[in-house]
Amino acid sequence: MIQVNGLVKDYGARRALHSITFDANQGEIVGFLGPNGAGKTTTMRILTGYMPPTDGTAIVAGYDIVEESLEVRKRVGYLPETVPLYTDMTALEYLKFMADLRHIPNSEARAYETLEQVNLKDRANSYIGNFSKGMRQRVGLAQALIHRPEVLILDEPTIGLDPAQVVEIRNVIKEIGKDRTVLLSTHILTEAQNLCDRVLIINKGKIVAEDTPENLQSRLVGSQRVVLRVRGDSDGLDATIKKVKGTRSIETKDADTIEFEFSSGQDVRPQVAKAVIQAGYELIEMRPVGLSLEEIFLELTQDNSAGKKS
Amino acid sequence: MRNIWTIAKREYDHYFITPIAYIVAFAILFVLGLIFLAIIQSSIQSALYSNGSAPNITVVNWWFAFMLMFGVPALTMRLLAEETKTGTIELLLTAPIRDYELVIGKWLGSFLYICTIIVVSLLYPIVLNQFITPSIDWQLVLSSYLGVVLVAASFLALGVGISAIFSNQVAAFFVSLITCLGLFFLIGIPASFMPPGSAASSFFSYMVMSTHFDGAFNAGSIDLSNIIYFFSLIALGLFAGTLAVEARRWN
Repeated sequence: MIQVNGLVKDYGARRALHSITFDANQGEIVGFLGPNGAGKTTTMRILTGYMPPTDGTAIVAGYDIVEESLEVRKRVGYLPETVPLYTDMTALEYLKFMADLRHIPNSEARAYETLEQVNLKDRANSYIGNFSKGMRQRVGLAQALIHRPEVLILDEPTIGLDPAQVVEIRNVIKEIGKDRTVLLSTHILTEAQNLCDRVLIINKGKIVAEDTPENLQSRLVGSQRVVLRVRGDSDGLDATIKKVKGTRSIETKDADTIEFEFSSGQDVRPQVAKAVIQAGYELIEMRPVGLSLEEIFLELTQDNSAGKKS
Repeated sequence: MRNIWTIAKREYDHYFITPIAYIVAFAILFVLGLIFLAIIQSSIQSALYSNGSAPNITVVNWWFAFMLMFGVPALTMRLLAEETKTGTIELLLTAPIRDYELVIGKWLGSFLYICTIIVVSLLYPIVLNQFITPSIDWQLVLSSYLGVVLVAASFLALGVGISAIFSNQVAAFFVSLITCLGLFFLIGIPASFMPPGSAASSFFSYMVMSTHFDGAFNAGSIDLSNIIYFFSLIALGLFAGTLAVEARRWN
């Protein structure tokens, strides 16, 4: 549904995108993850026909983004980062206007329908100017959904929403993602983890990693980190753990908490537990600390910049 | 065509919720009202002291064109500049419409608004007609109003074009104002310093709008060359606007 091949974009002398290549299939939610200024918005703007690439090609919904921009735009729903709203219109007027621009018959009925989808039907006749940030975001999403697009491109769709609204919007996106192609950008890692079938990590205009959230995690996690807590006195606990073969990077976090690592291949947790109990400590907790996508992300983006310097 | 209409309709509706549009309509109609009163009074005076002449609507319409010079920039300044500022331009540039449809739609919306003011101002010739027997010269009225419509259409096209270039409304307003002022008066000034009949002199006197409005439409003559003048300005404004929108995609 989206096939991007060697996309390059220059802003004057600065190269914002260095030959980006990826694709996204129907029924797939692909997350674009990266720090600010990494090129997420630029890529999305090119794919939605807002601006042409300097080099490279992309096919969206079966049409070339440069040669057949209008056909692409007919089939793509786009929610830009700054939600483009006319604050002097009511939600209904606004959506009707967007539906008319897309030649949808019965535009008013469709506008109502879409407002219902984003849970704003009861505010249809309120002015957008009076809406909260979360409601504006939902109107923006409704605008992107109004023509039932084959491809949905969302730039930071949940930014500025409260937790309940985030869940709500995510559910809407998940629902849509079942039979259509969704490309969304975010810098909230848990969002990518929850929502996306595949994650592209982009940094400084390059894709530095591409995989499912789970694979990314396991690929980078060569070792497992564990938190261990005891009740009461923990003097000498680190020495006890150190004695168990296979443990390393032992760190005392708190009076009663200690962290250590072991290689993924050999699980030493039973031995550690035994040793701790035999040494007379009251073991109350032992749990793995998963290397979060956050850490993977930092690792990847930092590696990348370090590699560039050398 | 349909897209142009969708854009135009939104702009037209939008004018009825913005104070600036009401201020422009009020200012134009108020000044025209004063002028109308003045010409009726002066006609009565001159009728008392001399033979006098029938009051003429073309004076009112000259002031109409004059007021458009200030009113049009106020109406067009936000058309594309505001969209750029608030980011809604991104919505329009990723919607399945062509850049020229967007620009023409914006122009058409503002043109229809001015036409609404023009229709209201038709009250003056209708009232005037009550005082004069057998009747006022309707052909002259028609020609004069056609002139006003063309002046408005060309000012608006230039205003839309300029609004597309700027993302700041105030900048768009002043540049449009200077452009209108320049076309309406200033560009004709060099002609008066040049030997009459020289190429340069006839160029400047062709460029100035008064040659085509005061000297033609508002004097009752409808000539193709004058129509071409106004149509060229409209085309120029809309073309510049389309280019500016396209350029926006590239930067």
